[in-house]
This record gives sequence, structure tokens and C-alpha cells, in this order.
Amino acid sequence: MKFAIAKPRTSRENKTGDWRSSRPVTDTAKCIKCGTCVSVCPEGCVSGPDVKKSIQERELPKTDYDYCKGCGICANECPVKCIAMVLEEK
Amino acid sequence: MVRKTEEASIAIAEAVKNCEPDVVACYPITPSTHIAETLAKFYSDGELKCFIATESEFASISAICGASAAGGRAFSTTSSQGLALMHEVVYAAAGMRLPVVMVVGNRALSAPLNIWCDHQDSIAERDSGWIQLYCESAQEGLDTAIQAFKIAESTMLPTMVGVDGFYLTHTVEPVDVPTVEEVRKFLPKFNPQVKLDTENPISIGEYAMPADYQSFREDVHKDNLAAKSKIVEVHNEFQQMFGRNYGGLVESYRSEDADYVFVGMGSVIGNAKEAVDELRAKGKKVGIVRIRSFRPFPEDEVRKMLEGKKHVAVFEKSYSMGSFAPVYADVVNSLYPLKKRPMVSSFIGGLGGKDVTVKHVAEIFKTIRKREHMRVWV
Repeated sequence: MKFAIAKPRTSRENKTGDWRSSRPVTDTAKCIKCGTCVSVCPEGCVSGPDVKKSIQERELPKTDYDYCKGCGICANECPVKCIAMVLEEK
Repeated sequence: MVRKTEEASIAIAEAVKNCEPDVVACYPITPSTHIAETLAKFYSDGELKCFIATESEFASISAICGASAAGGRAFSTTSSQGLALMHEVVYAAAGMRLPVVMVVGNRALSAPLNIWCDHQDSIAERDSGWIQLYCESAQEGLDTAIQAFKIAESTMLPTMVGVDGFYLTHTVEPVDVPTVEEVRKFLPKFNPQVKLDTENPISIGEYAMPADYQSFREDVHKDNLAAKSKIVEVHNEFQQMFGRNYGGLVESYRSEDADYVFVGMGSVIGNAKEAVDELRAKGKKVGIVRIRSFRPFPEDEVRKMLEGKKHVAVFEKSYSMGSFAPVYADVVNSLYPLKKRPMVSSFIGGLGGKDVTVKHVAEIFKTIRKREHMRVWV
């Protein structure tokens, strides 16, 4: 008898990054560290700029490609358009 | 046991109450309303732990699935459109291995709108993984409801008990209702190995990728087939304790030496038995094979009982539009491995409460004296 059960946090084992058809690539030279990409990512896979800190103290954004599904919302919402969606080629 | 004369729905509700369910969730729908109504009354009289009057049948089955996942014994009852509304969760209950029990007061599906009996509502759920048992009498209905909890909880498969709308649900009959103390001796406490627990959190019915999904579905199918022996075992235990025998998976009535056999399910068998008695008195070699367990389908038992017969008439109150009648198709499939197969004909009737009398059954026996294959709407 098989039971389809899952324990907490096992969703981390489902690396949804391979669903992606294009990947967001951030031009760090143009980035103003505003943190928009962090707050709009529906998967919570952008980290870096902490809006509680001053611009000078903030880190650059970093995308977790293990889970990023390539939806492109970050690129669309970026106020300085420094995120490009680059086609994934395998 | 308490022998009394009452409506089958009330007797079934009493039997369910005596199984001491943790949660009952119902939405009333004809002809199963009196079962839900009586259980609601038991709750307000303090005789039932929990009764949820839900806003729809979809909510009822969802509620009992939640209760079952948390380790509770859970029950619901419905009919026709109510069962159709439950459809999505019916499949989930089987896949999640939740041993809920549901009594279906069998009724026709729309359209046209019709509140009377046929088997189309539960037949439409036959592929879901649930165990499906169909009853001939009020007594069998309440006895099978008690057995259903034991079958479901030992196989971890949800179980549906079919009682014919009006013919059974609204008929007043003398019945024996096992008491709480008696049921306790028969039905052990439900203690599942997997359940929702805040100390040890899990999710049930989780997402399965293409590599895994099929193996879970295959498992439900295999366990459903394997439940045959459990249904017989539980039936025999029940018989030992309460003295009533329904044949387990399949019941034979004077079919052993018969040449012509009527195969069917549910309350129509009452009339069929009378027709057989009348024809036997005239020396005709006729008999009945009643399918009690439709899922799992008793393939081997049916083959054994029908081998060597001249002509088998499969009568049923359901059909698969554009194809064959479901019970007929399963009977034919079961007989296929035989080298010498009996002729099998399909008779569809009684849809939406259309009368099937003793005369109709006698007429079917007359019709199959010819050896040719027939598909007839009675």
C-alpha cells in the first residue's frame, strides 16, 4: 500500500528551475539596488537588496536559478530595465 | 439486535450511528435525505459526535476526507446530482487512501430531471478506485453500511454502499439493527498508520511527477482487486456474528443447475427471485446471479457461476452512452477466457424509476430461450 505523502520542506527537492525557457540576467552595472525584483518575484528566488538598508549598504540582487521558472516579472518590473531575459539553450 | 419495523433510511442511519463515526457531513438530496436527516437528529439529541450540515455535496465529501485524513471515522450520504458534484473529490479520496464510507441512495442523473431510482449515479464513479457494494434489501443496506467501515478501514479504500432510491430508501420493512455494543465487538477502533498530526506534520495526496504518478494509481487498482478477499472475510465474520448471509461478492439464487441465468444488482433481484420461483414451479431451469461487489468486480466468481450456462441475461439500470452497458461488459469480459462461452445478452431497464416487474423478468427469461445475442431496452 502506497501513500502519497510529503513531509514539510520537501518542496525544496523539486528544483523547478528546469521548467525555465529563458533566464533573467541582471546587468549589475546598471542596477540601482531598488529591490523591486526581490519583492515582485512570485517564487521568492531573488535575494540581495534589503530595502531597510540605505542604497549604499545594499547588496546586488542574486537569482536562485535552482527554482527560478523564468516568468520574467522581474525583467518587466525593473525600473531601469537592467534585467534581460536570455533564452535557455540546452 | 433490535428488531423493528421502520423505513430503510432510518435503519441505515441508526446502523451508521452505532458504528460511532467521528464526523458525519451531509447535504440533503432526494432520495438519501432521510439518512442525512436522521443522522442530524441523532446529533442534536447528543447521540452522534459530530454532524456538519454543509453548503453542498462537494463540501460534504471534502469535510469527511479531511476528517478521515486526521484519523477519524467519517461518513456521508448522497444521491444523483449530489454524487456528480462530489466527482472530483471522489477520485481524490481513493488516491489519498482515505477510508470514508458513503451510502448512495441510487437515483437517475439529469437530464431530463428525474428523482427516481437507477444506478447511473454511482456507476459513473466506478473507475475512481472506490469499493462499490450494491444491496438488495433494507436489511442488507444497513448490514453492508456496518461492513463497509471494516472493509474500508482495513484496505484503506473508500467504500460506497448502493441502496436503490425509494425502492429501498423509502420502504418500511422489518429490520434488525445491531446495537452499539454489538457493533463494537465487530468493528475495531479506526487507527490508521498514516494520518495528519500537528506533532509530525505531513501532506497527503501530494504532487507526483510523471515518473511516480502512475505507480500510485496502479497501487490503488491492485489494492482494489485485492480487497475481494477482505470483502468476503468481513462478510463471513458478520454472518457468524449476526447470522445474515448475502453471498459475499456474488450471490447465487437457484443458479447452480440452471440453464438460463439472470444477472443483476440491487433491489430488482427481489422481483427476479419471485419470477424464478414461479418459473421453477413450472419446471424451467432458471436462476439468478446477483453482483453484490461491482468494484472490485468478482471476475473469477462470475466466470465459475456462469460457465456451462446456455444463455445469460445481464439486466442493469445503467449504461455507457455510445458503448455497452457496464455490468454486461464486465460479465462478458469475465467469460472471455472460457473455451466454450455461454451466450450473453444485455438488458437495460428501470432507468429513472421505470417499472421492472416480476412479469418483465419472466419475459426476459422467455426472450433468452432463443440462442441469439440481444441488446434490449426493457
